[in-house]
Amino acid sequence: MRCLGRHAAVVLALLGTGCPPAAPRLAGQDGPSNAKPEAPPEATILDAPWRTAAGQAAETEGPGSQAPGHGPTVLLRGGRLLIGDGTEIARGHVLMKGGRITSVGSGDGPHPAGAAIIDVRGKTITPGLIDPHSHLGVYPMPSVSAHWDGNERSNPVTPGVRASDAFWPQDPGIQRAVAGGVTTIQSLPGSTNLFGGHGATLKLRQATSAQAMRLVGAPTGLKMACGENPKRIYGERKQQPMTRMGNLAVQRKAFMKARRLIQEWDRWREVEAQRVKRHAETLAEIQTKRAHRQRKRQACAEGVHDDQQCTEWERVWHDEPLTDPDAPLAKLPPERDPDLETLAGVLEGMVLPHVHCYRADDMTNMIALADEAGFQIRTFEHALEAYKIRDLLAKRDIAVITWADWWGFKMEAYDGIPENLALVTSAGGRAVLHSDSHEGIRRLNQEAAKGMHAGRQAGLDISEAKAITWITLNPAWALGVDHRVGSLTVGKDADVVVWDGNPFSVYSRAGRVFIDGLERHNLQQPGKPWSDFEAAP
Amino acid sequence: MTHLGRRQLLGQLAAGALCAVTVAAVPRSATAQLAPSNDPKTKRRGPVAILGGKLLLGSDEPIADSVILLDEGKIRYLGTDTAKAKGARIISARGQLVTAGLVDLLTRIGTTEVSLEKTTRDDSHDTTDPVRAAFRSADGYNPASSLIAITRMQGVTSVGVVPIAGLVSGQSAWADLAGKLPDDALARRSLALHVNLHDAMHGAFGKSRGTAWLRLRELLDDAQAYRKSRAAYERRQVRELGASRLDLEVVLRALEGRLPVVFHVDRASDIVGVLALAKANGLSAVLASAAEGWKVADQIAKAKVPAIVYPLDHGPRSFAALGAREDNAALLHRAGVTVALSTGESHNARKLRQEVGNAIRAGLPRRTALDAVTKVPAQIVGMDKHYGTPKVGRVANLVVWSGDPFELSTQATHVLIRGREIPLRSRQTALLERYR
Repeated sequence: MRCLGRHAAVVLALLGTGCPPAAPRLAGQDGPSNAKPEAPPEATILDAPWRTAAGQAAETEGPGSQAPGHGPTVLLRGGRLLIGDGTEIARGHVLMKGGRITSVGSGDGPHPAGAAIIDVRGKTITPGLIDPHSHLGVYPMPSVSAHWDGNERSNPVTPGVRASDAFWPQDPGIQRAVAGGVTTIQSLPGSTNLFGGHGATLKLRQATSAQAMRLVGAPTGLKMACGENPKRIYGERKQQPMTRMGNLAVQRKAFMKARRLIQEWDRWREVEAQRVKRHAETLAEIQTKRAHRQRKRQACAEGVHDDQQCTEWERVWHDEPLTDPDAPLAKLPPERDPDLETLAGVLEGMVLPHVHCYRADDMTNMIALADEAGFQIRTFEHALEAYKIRDLLAKRDIAVITWADWWGFKMEAYDGIPENLALVTSAGGRAVLHSDSHEGIRRLNQEAAKGMHAGRQAGLDISEAKAITWITLNPAWALGVDHRVGSLTVGKDADVVVWDGNPFSVYSRAGRVFIDGLERHNLQQPGKPWSDFEAAP
Repeated sequence: MTHLGRRQLLGQLAAGALCAVTVAAVPRSATAQLAPSNDPKTKRRGPVAILGGKLLLGSDEPIADSVILLDEGKIRYLGTDTAKAKGARIISARGQLVTAGLVDLLTRIGTTEVSLEKTTRDDSHDTTDPVRAAFRSADGYNPASSLIAITRMQGVTSVGVVPIAGLVSGQSAWADLAGKLPDDALARRSLALHVNLHDAMHGAFGKSRGTAWLRLRELLDDAQAYRKSRAAYERRQVRELGASRLDLEVVLRALEGRLPVVFHVDRASDIVGVLALAKANGLSAVLASAAEGWKVADQIAKAKVPAIVYPLDHGPRSFAALGAREDNAALLHRAGVTVALSTGESHNARKLRQEVGNAIRAGLPRRTALDAVTKVPAQIVGMDKHYGTPKVGRVANLVVWSGDPFELSTQATHVLIRGREIPLRSRQTALLERYR
């Protein structure tokens, strides 16, 4: 569990501010002496919208979810392993048990009783592939207007909308992606808006809701966009943004508002803490007085004081009984707002910004905005000109998520070159492949091969073990789930692909695909369509 | 969403003011003189011999240790006699594979530069009129387009340049991807007439398939009426016809079987409709896309209508293509249909060989697959006298490959167009050099 930002903590505090009502008291009688001050607003509640987007918390399942942990014991033996972290094992094994990887290494490995053994000699094993930028479910097949749910075109600033609320789990593209070896995706809103909304990080499986596909514990990603799309869409409506200037100005303003919200929470928390403190002091004061009276009463009983004095005290005490006052009412906390709170999550480092950006200058300007507003960009999406500023991107640890060779479909895509992935990799940056397409997601391995060969032809040393990181561990990092998926590592989810040939060949296919240790695709035994849309032959 | 590719080719809907058709009459025989390219970058005169490579000829037997002599833009010798190479500039292809240059019939290369920039687009007749038969892509062809060098570096040496939008979008051209001026590149300015019968037509001018078929029947009927009464037409003594004179002239050529008609169509029922229409009117029909072609493969084979297929079509992308599947090409071939492969793309047309690789993966035999991007595309649009499987007398468009042309690790090491070796440089390699 990651630690919570101050902002998140504050949200909870509001639920615990009231004092229990005091018990009825008789006149002349002191109130109960065991009143406790309320807790200061440092409570830990997980109620921020960026937490609930991908799940309440790491341990919490959503409705309909299928938790891993029940997979069979399967030993893959004798294959070549591309680990996903840049290394490989010429001949080794992978053991899956209970939905997790429990052994990886060279040789045949352990042989637990009851394990199903699969001979994978001559085949290549990789981690399940990860597509960090898909529109599966939000722009599903078939393309029909009723299902265009990826761009909330009502306002350029919609950071609070969530792809998971729109995701159509019957998209026939899901099963086809799995047949291509993909096991995890982030389904993202589109790039019409400057802030497009939350992505949904999902395990691909047959399901009746996005809830049931969630990669539980994945941090929330926020789709942002710069460049041509927002200014074109809104500019055509004669509204802001109409230019790149407008893009940045609207984004700057939104982050200023989010910063203000954080300040309001900080201020509210401070005021609330003072209120609680003052009340506690009042209670303590009364408690002191109460103890003082008690001591005097005791002394009177023991005859230390003369009776007249004691009677006078009793009269005063009766006229001025000591009762714990009700706590003063808490001030209402700042107004809740899914949009601004999402941006606050970005500023607090809890929400990962994925910024659609093509041009080197657009990316540089976005980095400047991030510096100014105070957040860290996790990824640039598409990033066709990343090669021009690859050292800067590597230094800033911003992942570059791109295609192998798309270019030219608009001006900001005019300078795309096929060596982009390899150049970013060689500069020490985090290079990642995405599909952004129903069709491309089925053959991410081929796209990685093209990127690798383009690099090699340009004289860059890109091994297969390195190139596979573009579609495994690097996208896992981009989504903040590299502790769970992305490499053949003991303890990680058993998301594993057995390729029927070299995955960098155009002729190869994902032969068997395991997700959370369960076989979801087998080339030799094609199952029925997952999608209800394809239920009829 | 950023992708403007195949769907745009198929479904881009032009809107705008109705423009008068001002193009000149279409030449009856539009095959340009196949002169060597005038591009100064490729100006190396004299014969060239490609030696030692294994020449793949698709369904014909390959020739090992081949000798290929090229001169004046044509193939002059094919065989194994090294003496034929005497005096020629030698390109060694030892240990490599040689094929004909690949052909992608359904692109907009040369008429689109930046998809979203209207001023760089010349790929459609900007009108709401559904019939634009007289529109020719050739008139807008830009031999200086950056797409040309980028595409040919991947071994694609000729493309069809297809007009889009409308019911009848106009005439495609055959372009060789070299040359400084249109005349250097355009081998035929009126290659085929293109008819769009897919989902996108709904938004273009009508609300239903019935509307599309109605307009199509009307057009063919008007063309017949026009043919019968040309003189009366000139005297304005003919009933009003539903298309302009130039449109009708083009349709007449199609009706006389002199201009192939490419029907962009997906749904099985629409395909069957096209087969019937073509038969009834004597059209030389070609199917394009044909996503559900496999469902009616026997009918297509029986009608002897060829199909241009997109190998990456993979699933129910639209209600007209609910049956789309990646092995469509293989299934059509198995049923006896003549199959060509295409990307349907422009900027991504360079991926043609990857798409062919995917068609092979989906079951299309290797040799058939090579035919599908060399021999067949030339044949189905009547260009096989000059293009197709390498043969003496044909245009010398050839590629030397470092390995299997359809494998991702392979490079085109030499690309020859009209007999001239093309430098493997492009706008993209220039950018790489600048930033590497």
